[in-house]
Amino acid sequence: MSALPDTVIVEPLATGAATETPLGRIARDFVTNPIAIFGIVLLLLVVLAAILAPFISPQNPYDLAQLDVMDSRLEPGSKALTGGTYWLGTDDQGRDMLSAIFYGLRISLSVGVASTVLALLIGLTMGLAAAYLGGRVETLIMRIVDIQLSFPAILIALILIAVLGQGTGKVIAALVTVQWAYYARTVRSAALVEKRKEYMEAARCLALPPSRIVFKHLLPNCLPPTIVVATVQVAAAIALEATLSFLGLGLPITEPSLGLLIANGYQYLLSGKYWISFFPGVALLVTIVSINLVADQLRDVMNPRLQK
Amino acid sequence: MSEPVLRVEELRTHFFTKAGVVKAVDDVSFIVNRGEVMGLVGESGSGKSMTGYSLMGLIDPPGRIVGGRILLDGIDVIKLSGEEMRQMRGNRVAMIFQDPMMTLNPVLRIDTQMIEAIVAHRKVSAGDAHAMAAAALSKVGIPSPEERLSAYPHQFSGGMRQRVAIAIALLNKPDLIIADEPTTALDVTIQGQILYEMQKLTRETGAAVIWITHDLSVVAGLADQVSVMYAGRIVEQGTAEQVLGRPRHPYTRGLLDSVPANNARGARLKQIPGMTPSLLDLPPGCPFRERCSYAQSDCARTPLMRPLTAGQSVRCHHPLA
Amino acid sequence: MLVYIIRRGLQSVVVLFLMSVLVFVGVYAIGNPIDILINPQADQQDRERAIAALGLDKPLPEQYWTFFTGALHGDFGKSFVHATPAISLILERMPATLELAFAAMLIAVVFGIPLGLWAGLRPNGIAGRTIMAGSILGFSLPTFWVGLMLIMVFSVVLGWLPSNGRGPTVDLFGLIPVSFFSVDGWRHLMLPATNLALFNVALLIRLTRAGAHEALLQDYVKFARAKGLTNRRIIGVHVLRNILIPIVTVVGLQFGALIAFAIVTESVFAWPGMGKLLIDSINVLDRPVIVAYLLIIVTMFIVINLVVDVLYSALDPRVRLTESKG
Repeated sequence: MSALPDTVIVEPLATGAATETPLGRIARDFVTNPIAIFGIVLLLLVVLAAILAPFISPQNPYDLAQLDVMDSRLEPGSKALTGGTYWLGTDDQGRDMLSAIFYGLRISLSVGVASTVLALLIGLTMGLAAAYLGGRVETLIMRIVDIQLSFPAILIALILIAVLGQGTGKVIAALVTVQWAYYARTVRSAALVEKRKEYMEAARCLALPPSRIVFKHLLPNCLPPTIVVATVQVAAAIALEATLSFLGLGLPITEPSLGLLIANGYQYLLSGKYWISFFPGVALLVTIVSINLVADQLRDVMNPRLQK
Repeated sequence: MSEPVLRVEELRTHFFTKAGVVKAVDDVSFIVNRGEVMGLVGESGSGKSMTGYSLMGLIDPPGRIVGGRILLDGIDVIKLSGEEMRQMRGNRVAMIFQDPMMTLNPVLRIDTQMIEAIVAHRKVSAGDAHAMAAAALSKVGIPSPEERLSAYPHQFSGGMRQRVAIAIALLNKPDLIIADEPTTALDVTIQGQILYEMQKLTRETGAAVIWITHDLSVVAGLADQVSVMYAGRIVEQGTAEQVLGRPRHPYTRGLLDSVPANNARGARLKQIPGMTPSLLDLPPGCPFRERCSYAQSDCARTPLMRPLTAGQSVRCHHPLA
Repeated sequence: MLVYIIRRGLQSVVVLFLMSVLVFVGVYAIGNPIDILINPQADQQDRERAIAALGLDKPLPEQYWTFFTGALHGDFGKSFVHATPAISLILERMPATLELAFAAMLIAVVFGIPLGLWAGLRPNGIAGRTIMAGSILGFSLPTFWVGLMLIMVFSVVLGWLPSNGRGPTVDLFGLIPVSFFSVDGWRHLMLPATNLALFNVALLIRLTRAGAHEALLQDYVKFARAKGLTNRRIIGVHVLRNILIPIVTVVGLQFGALIAFAIVTESVFAWPGMGKLLIDSINVLDRPVIVAYLLIIVTMFIVINLVVDVLYSALDPRVRLTESKG
């Protein structure tokens, strides 16, 4: 044994790690990367801005009483007639862009998160059903997934909007339809790996009820990859919603998301009034990049094979 | 005897990893005479493959040759420029690798992979290069070489692929071939064929061979000289009869004892206790002492290579009788 | 090979059929076909005549049959807005979209592969890291916003390139109008093509880098070095030939995605392609054009997938066609 000093020293550490909860380990591994910390701080700021929009915005951008057309299309840093400063300028209706962006973030984030959660539930159910039931159910579900994933998300979303018509609920429906297939595929492959393990054989031999097998064994093992996909998909959903709104096919004007703000500024861009489009775009970019940074690190810490 | 084709002196190849310095090759010296086969024997991780790569100038960062000389026909190849090194590789010194399934590029035809090895070193016409490739294939015992030249690697069996690799190594009539466990990945019957083929070809061409292996039985039938490596160092050197017939280092003894054929039927197989030590920050002293039943307190001092009898030398304070 | 192509072709026909059913169900069954297919501005008499003419009073399977046979002949009805057959409207716009997509793919390949190769060969260098960071940005940036920023910088601030529209066209083979023969055509093409290419540049960088990184670790590269080949030959032939297989596959598949994503770019740059036509049609509820667009783009996708599959098996000598799954 004395020939193996390394292993002897490593052992207490290994047992120490075993008593730690998986969540604790993930949290500990997560903060090892400065870029990931930067990402999560950025994301927290974005989420806070979205949640606190009514309290931190200089004005309520959709209360027409607070808007003054005389203040329209002012440059960033201009003084308002009422006294305040429009740090990011105003749009064509004299709306403070900073406030509009906070409110826009709120809408963009909630639509992105809502559609992701719904899609996650559907995809999880479908993926588990495919993996657990197998046979024809699996073939059918996975065929639909394959066909759907061979088309770009934007195309499917546009088809649905074209068929269903416009509106907040329909946009969310389109986003859900676009996303569920990613989860179904991820969950199924994770569940299949788990299903082939020996203890699953044992669980079946013990005649454990299917619900127990699915929820106690399959589901927990599918969660890590699913969470990673979900993080990436929130960003994708936000970007897709923004694109649809920019094209005028997304959320209605009563729900001005970042995409709509950018679209509003489009016509003024050519006359050099860049800020109406530019700043909402930056907000969108920061949101997406911060989510992607977090997702990148999550992917690394949740994948046990990648652990160094 | 004439000047040896290869003389390696105090070669050191270290890997500078984040965890520390790995001394993969540490003070290795040996000589390979013209037309001779030298068996370089050791367990995996003993540094034998890294010695081979060092000779070829194929050590990649974080690895680096940090000391010693590699004299090929009297010229130190460590001092060669990148381009001179490239001209040497595959021309004066060729190398064959372990897994023939992986060494040939799967998406290039055999003729492409052979002809490029020729034209990398000399100016020949396409037709001549093609003819040379075909001749090389037939020399290693591949039937209908003309047809096989236009095949892809996956259309060959493992043994056939290794023959192709050998043919490629022989294309430019090298003075030295480094064979890094070329039979390990093959079936036993194929192993025998390849061994036979190599022996025959090297005799015909007069090329010297460094045969890197962990398999002592291969060395016994093939090698003129044997060097045994342990933890990045050569621990015993001599002719095949000396080293295999009367090993003087406890490690070599242990290796020989753990070959099943050398044990009496029904007797318990002998083994060397413990594992090869990690080469990362290896402590001073004899690296084998933790596993050695002859170890004494002075083994904490690093032993030097010392000659015992004519041609046989050993790195041990307490060589076996 | 032939058997494989035929089998894949049959599969494609099945998928196409399924998609036509889906589109039919979407437009005729879920939506109100009378709203969708008949001009809302038509008076009551016209409406009834149209309902009878379209057979909307007949049972669904029979309606599908009418739709299906019409679609087979390329008959998707007339555009409400332009009063011309929807199919010819789309075919008219298709060259512009294809031109844009080809230009974008060219940009993606010309920049993406060398940059990815560089990053893959020197993963720890400053250039390599910068390239990879840039590619993450390329993935994250929403296409339409990048388009706006391109317009802002190159058209508004610098004034170098036009912000919208397509340059003058000449008919290639007297048939296909193309704009890349004139300087003005190039100037118009530059910004939208760059915009559309951005995502694919990032994708190709990642793909090439990953491929090069993996290939460099393979024994065949070590053996190639041991043969004394030059670095140029090892990278240009041994490495590139191996990573070219996934690259060609992705480039092929992405071509379809480019045509779809052109919808956004065409809207930003007012590029007169079929994507812009689709958005315009959705906005004015010009349903026959929408249906025609959908079925045409689905067909294009299926054909592209088929071609890529066949190409893949032709490129990789290891792929045994009899073993490959559909």
